[in-house]
Amino acid sequence: MVDLNTFGKFETAWCSGCGNFGILDAVKDALVKLNLDAHNIVLVSGIGQAAKLPHYLYGNVFNGLHGRAIPAATGIKIANHKLVVIVTSGDGDIYGEGGNHFIHAIRRNIDITVIVHNNQVYALTKGQASPTSDVGYVTKVQTHGVIDAPVHPLTLAIALEAGFVARSFAGDKEHLSLMIQEGIQHKGFSLIDTLQWCVTFNKKNNFAWYKQRAYKLGPEYEPSDKVKAFEKSLEWGDKIPIGIIYRNGRPSYEEACGLIKDKPLVEQESSAHKVKTILKEFL
Amino acid sequence: MEIIDITITIAGEAGQGLQTIGQLLSKAFSRKGLNVFANQVLQSRIRGGHNYFQVRVSYEKVFAPAGATDILIAFDKESACHIQELAQNAITIFDSTITTLEVTQGLRLDVPLEKIAKENGGNKLMANTVAVAAVLGLLEYDITVLFDLLRESFSDKSKEVAEVNIKVAQAGYNATYRKIQGNKLPALGDLHGNKKMLIGGSEAVALGALAAGCKFISAYPMSPSTGIMTYLASKDKEFGIVVEQSEDEIASINIALGASYAGIRAMTASSGGGFALMVEGLSLSGMTETPLVIVDAQRPGPATGLPTRTAQEDLEYVIFTGHGEFPRAVLAPRTIEDAFYLTVKAFNLVDKYQIPVIILSDQFLADSLLTIDTFDTEQVKVERHLIGNDELQKLQGYKRYQITESGISPRALPGNPYGLVVVDSDEHDEEGHITEDVEHVRPEMVKKRNRKNIALVKEISPPLRYGPENAEDILVGWGSTYGALKEAVDILNAKEEKAALVHFNEVWPLPKEHFDFLEKAKFVCVVENNYRGQFAHLITATTGRIMENRINKFNGLAFTAQEIVREYKKLKK
Repeated sequence: MVDLNTFGKFETAWCSGCGNFGILDAVKDALVKLNLDAHNIVLVSGIGQAAKLPHYLYGNVFNGLHGRAIPAATGIKIANHKLVVIVTSGDGDIYGEGGNHFIHAIRRNIDITVIVHNNQVYALTKGQASPTSDVGYVTKVQTHGVIDAPVHPLTLAIALEAGFVARSFAGDKEHLSLMIQEGIQHKGFSLIDTLQWCVTFNKKNNFAWYKQRAYKLGPEYEPSDKVKAFEKSLEWGDKIPIGIIYRNGRPSYEEACGLIKDKPLVEQESSAHKVKTILKEFL
Repeated sequence: MEIIDITITIAGEAGQGLQTIGQLLSKAFSRKGLNVFANQVLQSRIRGGHNYFQVRVSYEKVFAPAGATDILIAFDKESACHIQELAQNAITIFDSTITTLEVTQGLRLDVPLEKIAKENGGNKLMANTVAVAAVLGLLEYDITVLFDLLRESFSDKSKEVAEVNIKVAQAGYNATYRKIQGNKLPALGDLHGNKKMLIGGSEAVALGALAAGCKFISAYPMSPSTGIMTYLASKDKEFGIVVEQSEDEIASINIALGASYAGIRAMTASSGGGFALMVEGLSLSGMTETPLVIVDAQRPGPATGLPTRTAQEDLEYVIFTGHGEFPRAVLAPRTIEDAFYLTVKAFNLVDKYQIPVIILSDQFLADSLLTIDTFDTEQVKVERHLIGNDELQKLQGYKRYQITESGISPRALPGNPYGLVVVDSDEHDEEGHITEDVEHVRPEMVKKRNRKNIALVKEISPPLRYGPENAEDILVGWGSTYGALKEAVDILNAKEEKAALVHFNEVWPLPKEHFDFLEKAKFVCVVENNYRGQFAHLITATTGRIMENRINKFNGLAFTAQEIVREYKKLKK
């Protein structure tokens, strides 16, 4: 029986009051609700405070390089698609250093669930701008304010025809857990951009800032309409929508690839002995 | 038996079918049991420029270009650059309706290739078939071998296409068969050898990977490595191997590492520039102790360099790159045949030691064709070194990085019901979790990882020695220069100069005792396809002996035996 004890309790390296705690709780809650055992999940991350999350619950872990969580997760899923593969990393890791992989993993539609802890700041390196920082945001490096327009991750994902695009809030564990459950159950690439406050470095986009703005999409919202989803994804100001912004039924990589439809690669018998028979093709 | 050693050079622009002609000729010869070595020298473009394809045919095994041409097929004016390398009895075939050509050496033969094709029911493109047949005519070769090849290569088209080509081939053959006054080329009419395999360097690596049970490659196309991925893709269904063209080389290595972590044999391949992008991932393989085979098919650098030419410039790079300290092995195949067996060895080493292993080949090896009798697949042993569920169950808590005497920890796969598999690019404890314990855990982990090298170094095969046992003059080489060096030693010894070759194909780690030959040597010369003498540096680093005599070639072309002999004699003076 899977319950919260399955995933344990660990000491963390996070600041007290950090938004990461809410995300960790929501991840555990979602895994319990889906009855997923620690042995069947792989938590994949890059580098950053968010990327330490896999160390704080029981599960298989691949804590790789900065920006490279998505490629590692892709390889794991291709090799053994029976495993539930979840990426948890920050906005700098996924949208900055790993931006190219983010784009191409969506195109590939590999069945992984990517939870981005988006606090609009580089916290572990002590407060520089991230790809999602607002224009004008002042830091010790961006001394005159951020010049670059922010990445709109949801808009970008929709443009690339991502199968499952959602936003949630680290301060709403129940909602975030639901999004994670939906994301894991979706067959294909799932993005859950998660609004997260930073208690130490982002004084602007703090808990209250997000709390005031985040509102849940109602049942009348239809996430299958791409143009409406575009519009919704661009909503960023006094009100910020959370919920499933866009979803479609594109076949996943595993379904389309043809070689791993039934049995995971890791369970398939080796064909190495067949080399002998193909040597005659060179005669 | 008379000595047969004929080189046919097919020269012209990219897009003129030089490769098709070269491959058909190579195959025609290998079918009758002759030994063939074929290589191509290309410009990095799709059409135009000047390229050439050389086919060397011999009764003996050969692994390098001869340097002299006996039959030249010239498709463009620029082919005149090959005239200086024509042998005494050389014959040059050209079509005066396609190009003009002044030839001073040997016979010049104007064969209306296009006209013959058209007059026999074919089209302009079949001038290639005529050219192949004309060469076979000059050598009085069994033309039916070519007919068979044409039938096979057009088997997916209508029967008429093959028949037209055969008719055209017969006409091309008749145009030169015993028609040329002064033809002093040997006749190859009476051959009864068994068919030989004709195989390319990239294919040999790919076949080695398949034989080793590789189930995944992620790579980004880059000359001259792409052939590996292409061949594997052609066999994906048959062998259950997934081929993923990734968005860049950083993704290639990280995807491959993910796949390897999850339990399948995985690889990636690139050339120097792409390998450079993989270097952080190389270090990740070292830190997480995730097995990975990486191919670097070298080409001349720095930066983009000469994309379609050859070099041995990445040796020190692949050995010493990657931040931090971790063990690795570097294997540099000496021939196409060797590439197959070394690839298998690479896969077994990565699993046994949980390290990255680099196969260091080059454009010369990757793009060449060689005849071989067969690959001995019985020799291939797949050794995974994984800990099974039974053993896992007995353990009181599985630790991915358990400290052991050998430094090698038991490796389990994620998804097993008995132990979680936790790996981390951060320094980690035995369980795999992030740690900052600098007093105990960090030093123990550094020692554990690097301790693996003690056993690894014993896996490295000694160099191959060729030539007289008592020779005191030694040529030293590594990797793909083997063929030219072996022949150079033959040439030197034929003239009573006693010289031997010591040749390395497993170049890292380097056991000191593999250099014991230096003790008895009076004259040592290190031969490499690079400027700085990188292997010479490694010898110095390993033995403390300065390698003063070096032959270095770095213009993008492979060595010929004659060049080595010439430079060797200069050094000996």
